[in-house]
Amino acid sequence: MTANSSSRAVGVGRVLIAVYAILALAATGRSVFQIIDRFSEAPLAFSLSALSALVYILATVALIMRGDTWYRVAWATIGFEFVGVIVVGTLSVFVPSLLGLHGVDPFGRQSTVWSAYGLGYLLIPLALPVLGMIYLHRRRPSVVSVAPVQTAGS
Amino acid sequence: MIEWFTYLQVGVAVVAGLLCLALGFAGRQPNDYSMGATLVVELLLIAQLVVAIVSPFAGNPPRGSLPEFYIYMISALLLPPLAGFWALLERNRWSTVVLGVICLAVAVMVYRMYQIWVFQVA
Repeated sequence: MTANSSSRAVGVGRVLIAVYAILALAATGRSVFQIIDRFSEAPLAFSLSALSALVYILATVALIMRGDTWYRVAWATIGFEFVGVIVVGTLSVFVPSLLGLHGVDPFGRQSTVWSAYGLGYLLIPLALPVLGMIYLHRRRPSVVSVAPVQTAGS
Repeated sequence: MIEWFTYLQVGVAVVAGLLCLALGFAGRQPNDYSMGATLVVELLLIAQLVVAIVSPFAGNPPRGSLPEFYIYMISALLLPPLAGFWALLERNRWSTVVLGVICLAVAVMVYRMYQIWVFQVA
């Protein structure tokens, strides 16, 4: 491993970042299209979808950047996602009407990245925050700073 | 879209993805096999783009939303080059795994594009 071990974009972390980037792209593309094309059908669900897309983008950036602040941002965004997928997933299954949805279909025209716990995305939105939090815990700054070879001035 | 070509493309992307994952987890840096497989996936996507542009003029219009289709198409086209550049910059096993993940994501996206084209009623 190279000297600048304070970046989180090393080792298995890069796979996590790649998957986050794909999910950010997927959520952004879908929510932008749904908002432009059919926002009035389910405004709340599509707004949440757009919010989740922004959070995925922020989480991806936070995982790439180094430093304590970004580490906290990573925790906040990934934690938010975990809560989001649980809450929105549960609502979409048991009381879809509360979100203005007409059904549970995770592949339907109103489905979002968090519908039915992300079933339309192979449950990756449910698994990813858990993996992300495990990863962040293992690479927390107090552990990383003990790692050998610190470059001068960093 | 052409049905057999789409299934072929999904099949190739899945095989390429599994190959890259296997090579990556075996500890291989990105090599000619993993990069080549990703390149094939990208070339098939470009071919699919051409097919998608020509199809409506050849009496094969999409049943679903064309803008939604192209959001997937363009996103899918961007993924293999991004993963490929990353693999050139960072040469270790995890870049190979990323190539595999990207190929599998492309397979899912192409299948979704096919759903939009064939099944979805706008």
